[in-house]
Amino acid sequence: MIEIKNLHATVDGKEILRGIDLTIRPGEVHAIMGPNGAGKSTLSYLLAGREGYEITEGSVTYYGKDLLEMEPEERAAEGVFLAFQYPVEIPGVANTTFLKVALNALRKHRGEKELDAMQFLKLVREKTKALGMSDDMLKRAVNVGFSGGEKKRNESLQMAVLEPKFAILDETDSGLDIDALRIVAEGVNALRSPERSMLVITHYQRLLDYIVPDHVHVLAAGRIVRSGGKELAVELEKNGYRDFGANEAA
Amino acid sequence: MAGTPETIEQVRAVTEQKYKYGFTTDIESDMAPKGLNEDTVRFISAKKEEPEWLLEWRLKAFRAWQGMEEPHWPKLNYGPIDYQDAHYYAAPKQKNKPKSLDEVDPELLKTYEKLGIPLREQEILAGVEGSEGKSPAIAVDAVFDSVSVATTFRAKLEEMGIIFCAISEAVHKCPELVQKYLGSVVPYTDNYFATLNSAVFTDGSFVYIPKGVRCPMELSTYFRINQANTGQFERTLIIADEGSYVSYLEGCTAPQRDENQLHAAVVELVALDDATIKYSTVQNWYPGNEEGVGGIYNFVTKRGACRGKNSKISWTQVETGSAITWKYPSCILQGDNSVGEFYSVAITNNRQQADTGTKMIHIGKNTRSTIVSKGISAGRADQTYRGLVKILPKAEGARNHTQCDSLLIGDQCGAHTVPYIENRNRSARVEHEATTAKISEDQLFYCRQRGLSAEDAVSLIVNGFCKEVLKELPMEFAVEAQKLVGISLEGSVG
Ligand SMILES: Nc1ncnc2c1ncn2[C@@H]1O[C@H](COP(=O)(O)OP(=O)(O)O)[C@@H](O)[C@H]1O
Ligand SMILES: [Mg+2]
Repeated sequence: MIEIKNLHATVDGKEILRGIDLTIRPGEVHAIMGPNGAGKSTLSYLLAGREGYEITEGSVTYYGKDLLEMEPEERAAEGVFLAFQYPVEIPGVANTTFLKVALNALRKHRGEKELDAMQFLKLVREKTKALGMSDDMLKRAVNVGFSGGEKKRNESLQMAVLEPKFAILDETDSGLDIDALRIVAEGVNALRSPERSMLVITHYQRLLDYIVPDHVHVLAAGRIVRSGGKELAVELEKNGYRDFGANEAA
Repeated sequence: MAGTPETIEQVRAVTEQKYKYGFTTDIESDMAPKGLNEDTVRFISAKKEEPEWLLEWRLKAFRAWQGMEEPHWPKLNYGPIDYQDAHYYAAPKQKNKPKSLDEVDPELLKTYEKLGIPLREQEILAGVEGSEGKSPAIAVDAVFDSVSVATTFRAKLEEMGIIFCAISEAVHKCPELVQKYLGSVVPYTDNYFATLNSAVFTDGSFVYIPKGVRCPMELSTYFRINQANTGQFERTLIIADEGSYVSYLEGCTAPQRDENQLHAAVVELVALDDATIKYSTVQNWYPGNEEGVGGIYNFVTKRGACRGKNSKISWTQVETGSAITWKYPSCILQGDNSVGEFYSVAITNNRQQADTGTKMIHIGKNTRSTIVSKGISAGRADQTYRGLVKILPKAEGARNHTQCDSLLIGDQCGAHTVPYIENRNRSARVEHEATTAKISEDQLFYCRQRGLSAEDAVSLIVNGFCKEVLKELPMEFAVEAQKLVGISLEGSVG
């Protein structure tokens, strides 16, 4: 279980998160929607352990552990995965190499045997195919020269291979055409299980037609201003964020 | 996290692994007295039972050296070197020159095994039925302090007319070749350190590939400095006759000591018509500790002459060790259509300093050269790429492409690029590209979010940065080199 309590965070003295409360139980999928600049990415970075934020108040408990005390790689090892809104390029490092190093680091942490080259290739080929990606993308350097859509698919591939316990998807739908969106969503749905939780951040309701959430929250100006079931997403699609937008933040 | 005894133990194991070649071999040595004068030169020459011409050549070099001054143009900072306070000859005591591995001191074989070069095993494995022709074996010349202690696979190579032995042995075995080519690429007056080497060189490898022969295995020399207070001055000479091919690897390590040790080597390569020499180095001399105490002073002259038409010399180097590196592997492109290449990765961490690069001298028509230099600086290290591309008037149609990339880790290190270009032919084309980058926080965080430790992340990112160069290394070396890149940068983040 992930419990976020009264989380406040600042960047360069500016308060971005202003008291977030959110509880995510195993097996649940929560969606966070909200206008640009609301603090959605900030929240996802904080949960993943990126530096540069000052947490002024609040706590995050992850399966009984103080998440905010853990190094990013410890969080990853404990099953936290962030699909980045803007995936990062690593020149010269083949996508397969990156995936293999990452997977084996996690397996090692869990006390499982590391996969050898053959075992790994078999696994990754299966996952690649399921996501409608070409093997060619495996050989290319991580995200280098990838189109926006390819980058997002690549994030999904990493998630499929690493099988996290808590996946945060930060606008994984943006940049995807409708066919790609459906495939990525199928990949995500395939990962849904009673032990796995997800936090799906999106700007559009569209994604939630495919990944049907248990709960929907609206984040605006650093606070969760409304929570509800999946019907909330439909309502938002109709009325937009006007009711929650920057005005309320001001 | 609490510092449980196990975690403390683990951390210690990791940090001590940083320079895992730092051990010393306990072996009785035959040494020249400390100091450097004409007697030292005569002592070395006598030990090697050299012919008169070679002693004369050494003495000429020594006299020239006395009139020379240590160069101070490199961007390097170190105290004065006391050339009298070192031994110029140290050899493990052996009753007779070993004729086969069975006669080599077991203590020495053990040392190489510990270094990951099991000399005996390699020969045995290669002799096993069915293993022949499968994975190509590597023939190794093992140089321990001042002498070559063993050369493997000699018989097999000799069948093809290939000579691969210690240079001290080649002087007796094929004196006409040695006399013809020694000093023909790097003359004994060349520069301070090469001249010193000419006077006091002790051993090194000699390679001759006959006409039209493609050497069937990688040839390799493994240099090991063991004795304290000794300088190592090895000399390597490789001759590729017309239409031949050879790939040669050089590896080096030294024990961890608090005082600095001098290493001044000379490598000469000669490629005749249509011949190719590929020379790869993984240099991992002891770099000194975090505060810059100890480590090897590496002052090396490496030069290849593409004498024949269509000949090619390719240098690939991965430089991770030494307190100070001063090294410019170069190509003299004399033959028409000859090709010179320089692929380099230089990593400096902590207090290491490196001033390294290359020289490409275009003399013949349509000569081409490629330079790819990747410099990585971390800690408080300082690094300079210094390269010269010189196109002489007759080098019609010459081409050069230079790519110089620097990567900085942290904000206390330095990287400098000093390209010199002299073009005296209008039809020639010279291109130079340079970039400087830092490992970004975003890259680090992305890797760590996927489960990599900060150090593994740096190692992965740096290996990616160096990929163009690492892929030039022979397979057998590439994996080692990748690991080495990671180890050299330990402690550079976090
Ligand atoms: N590193 C930073 N420095 C300064 N301001 C930042 C930084 N990161 C985010 N912000 C600000 O925080 C607010 C929330 O950003 P973000 O979390 O990216 O929003 P969202 O993902 O909801 O669009 C924005 O006003 C943004 O400009
Ligand atoms: Mg965002």
